[in-house]
Amino acid sequence: MSIFASIPHLIAEGGVSVDTEGIVTHSAFWPETAEIIYGGLASIIIFVLLAKFAGPTLKKGLAGRTEKIQKELDSAANDKAAASTEAANIRQAKGDISAERARLMSEAAAQAEALVADFDTRLDAEIAELHTRAVADIATAKGRQSDELRAEISRLSVAAAERAVAESIDDATHQHLIETFIQKAGAMAGSASA
Amino acid sequence: MNDARIEGYAKALLEIARAEGSLDEVEDELFRFARSYESSDALRNALTDDMIPAAKRQAIVEDLLGGKATATTTQLVSMVVGSGRGSDLPAIIDILVARASSSKNLEVAEARVAVPLTADQQDRLRAALANATGKQVNLKVVVDPSVVGGIIATVGDTVIDGSVRTRLDQLKARL
Repeated sequence: MSIFASIPHLIAEGGVSVDTEGIVTHSAFWPETAEIIYGGLASIIIFVLLAKFAGPTLKKGLAGRTEKIQKELDSAANDKAAASTEAANIRQAKGDISAERARLMSEAAAQAEALVADFDTRLDAEIAELHTRAVADIATAKGRQSDELRAEISRLSVAAAERAVAESIDDATHQHLIETFIQKAGAMAGSASA
Repeated sequence: MNDARIEGYAKALLEIARAEGSLDEVEDELFRFARSYESSDALRNALTDDMIPAAKRQAIVEDLLGGKATATTTQLVSMVVGSGRGSDLPAIIDILVARASSSKNLEVAEARVAVPLTADQQDRLRAALANATGKQVNLKVVVDPSVVGGIIATVGDTVIDGSVRTRLDQLKARL
């Protein structure tokens, strides 16, 4: 028989029993009244002592644990806040990157437009300069050709004049030129001295 | 050749011509030969080319002057050319002529003409130049067809130019 099955039987007996060592009890189940009193008082004393001496330590331990848990909760909250902030920063950075990309694209487009405009301006200036130079070159070439033509005409004219003069100078003319020179030299009368 | 050597040659040629008793004629022939030498590149090259033997250069001189100049003139030019001094011939002759003229108190007058002058014209030209310069002149006439007509007379540093050539040059410059 199990011990639990024997409990009602023991309660029902309620009579005096003697154990093997000869100690007499009034109930097999209930303790003696004095034992209850002394035991109860002892328990109360122990509880009081526990409450007095172990209570603060227990409270302190519980408070420390509560504080630790609170700290962990706070830390978790802080981590969450930090994560939220980081997420916000990342979202902002992502937005900034988009804005930066848009700005760079805009700047690149503006620079390209400026380059094209500058190129157009320089091209126009170069065309104008080439045109001016070409006009000047044409004018110079015309002038040079004109000068060369004039020089050629002059050379041919002189050559023709020389030939005409040489052919037209006969002996009488030679003699006339020689006599004229002698007369003029004779008439200089010392004015030609060095 | 340095100036001293040219002077030495000129003095030697002058003394030889004087000793031969034909100084006037020789200096006149030498003067005309010098002007021909200056105006002819072919003659100048032939008489100064060291690759041509001296004997051949002298033969060229004798061919050119033989029968047209006195023997003294021919021999003097031949001697200078044979000694390898052909390039200094004009300078030597000019000094010779200047010394010969100076010894007679005359100034050398060069007259470049297109056609030869008669003796009368030379006398009158000599007188006219003497009158113009105030100096007695030793007239040297050089026939130069490039003058075309008229005369270009040079006495020392003085030039009297009455040539058709110069007038043509002036016309050319104006054009």
